[in-house]
Amino acid sequence: MIAIVDYGLGNLGSIANMLKKVGAAATITADPAVIRQADRLILPGVGAFDTGMRNLEERGLIPLLNERVLGDEVPILGVCLGMQLLGRRSEEGQLPGLGWLDAAAVRFKFEGVNAHLKIPHMGWNELTVCQPHPLFADLQEESRFYFVHSYHVVCADPANVLARTTYGFDFTSAVVKGNIIGVQFHPEKSHRFGMTLLQNFAERV
Amino acid sequence: MLLPRVIPCLLLRNAGLVKTIRFQDPTYLGDPINIVKIFNDKEVDELVFLDITATVEDRPPPFDLLSKVSSEAFMPLGYGGGVRRLEDVRAILSLGIEKVIINTYAAENPAFVSAAADFAGSQSVVVSIDVKRDWRGRYQVYTHGGRKATGREPVEYAAQMERAGAGELLLNSIDRDGTMQGYDLELIRRVCSAVSIPVVACGGARTVHDLAAAIHQGGASAVAAGSMFVFQGPLRAVLINFPTRDELKAAFSGEM
Repeated sequence: MIAIVDYGLGNLGSIANMLKKVGAAATITADPAVIRQADRLILPGVGAFDTGMRNLEERGLIPLLNERVLGDEVPILGVCLGMQLLGRRSEEGQLPGLGWLDAAAVRFKFEGVNAHLKIPHMGWNELTVCQPHPLFADLQEESRFYFVHSYHVVCADPANVLARTTYGFDFTSAVVKGNIIGVQFHPEKSHRFGMTLLQNFAERV
Repeated sequence: MLLPRVIPCLLLRNAGLVKTIRFQDPTYLGDPINIVKIFNDKEVDELVFLDITATVEDRPPPFDLLSKVSSEAFMPLGYGGGVRRLEDVRAILSLGIEKVIINTYAAENPAFVSAAADFAGSQSVVVSIDVKRDWRGRYQVYTHGGRKATGREPVEYAAQMERAGAGELLLNSIDRDGTMQGYDLELIRRVCSAVSIPVVACGGARTVHDLAAAIHQGGASAVAAGSMFVFQGPLRAVLINFPTRDELKAAFSGEM
């Protein structure tokens, strides 16, 4: 069973809806007992970095997530803000992130020929997958995903970069470190492309 | 490659989908859920739903219908019509609809736009601006589904909505609505040059070239259309359609 971690932020219903469509058992929960039994976790999130960390803290979820992800090595998928929280910090906030990845979120900055680009990066964009991973099984090169974000993740270790996307420059759009995976885009809003990705997470990761 | 978003704009009336001409004479298109399923199969970039009578009938948004729509649609969604309370904003977002569109109440109470942005983040708050030319040819903002003139000038109004916290503007030309005569590029250009948030142009599209013109000549970030995606041929037979990704790529790169 997949636990979609409910910490008061994010598109929980849409993720659950798409997992249901691909036949994966999932539940939206903040209940430690349920999270303790899950064989996979999804950390969604839309909103501000500090709000995300504070909400996790207030619900007492951080030690439990550390135990499940670092101790039990349960696969976890961070989505959008959920991916940014996997790192150590963000320019958006003051609070430390979960720190599972040596990474930080920084705000898009455009100048020169790219000065016209809007922030947030909003719309459908493509990925260049940097290393083979079951998350991207059966996804063709022209697959596209829906993005909405003003900050992007920078990894200290290039081995953690799972996919890159171009918006003005190449930024990291997916990360991996063992059982820890993050995607900057919204698979739950990305048609069959996102559906395949979530099914891969449910069945192959 | 990031292509501009192309967004079917669907009008709800009495729980059915309709298409208007200059905001009048609604033609019934069909059941919203069926039409959503077709647009889902066509893998459209995003869908916008506007309940065009919620405000004038003083109704809240049709949450039950929106819940059904959301469970059938695997793309970004926006909803507008009768949004007047933070509770409406919260309820819409909780259904998996990530953009809440505010029109009449934004004009009446711009502080509500700020409150909605504080609550949900600017990226979730869209202000919809309906514009019509008066008899002297001057642009004016209308509310209440095009029924009520505000006396406001759209460029200054758009800038005010950006300051209030809107993350995006949906700019509708009442004069072009349903006419398929092309977008009002002058209006789009004026508004886009006055704000830095994305502007979604709406009203008048007939072909992918019109879509490209709104982006390249008007400066819009995204384009919305109704008739183009629901009618076929000069007799306006109802047929849900959407350009392929290749057609859009070609149009936006100027190859067609």
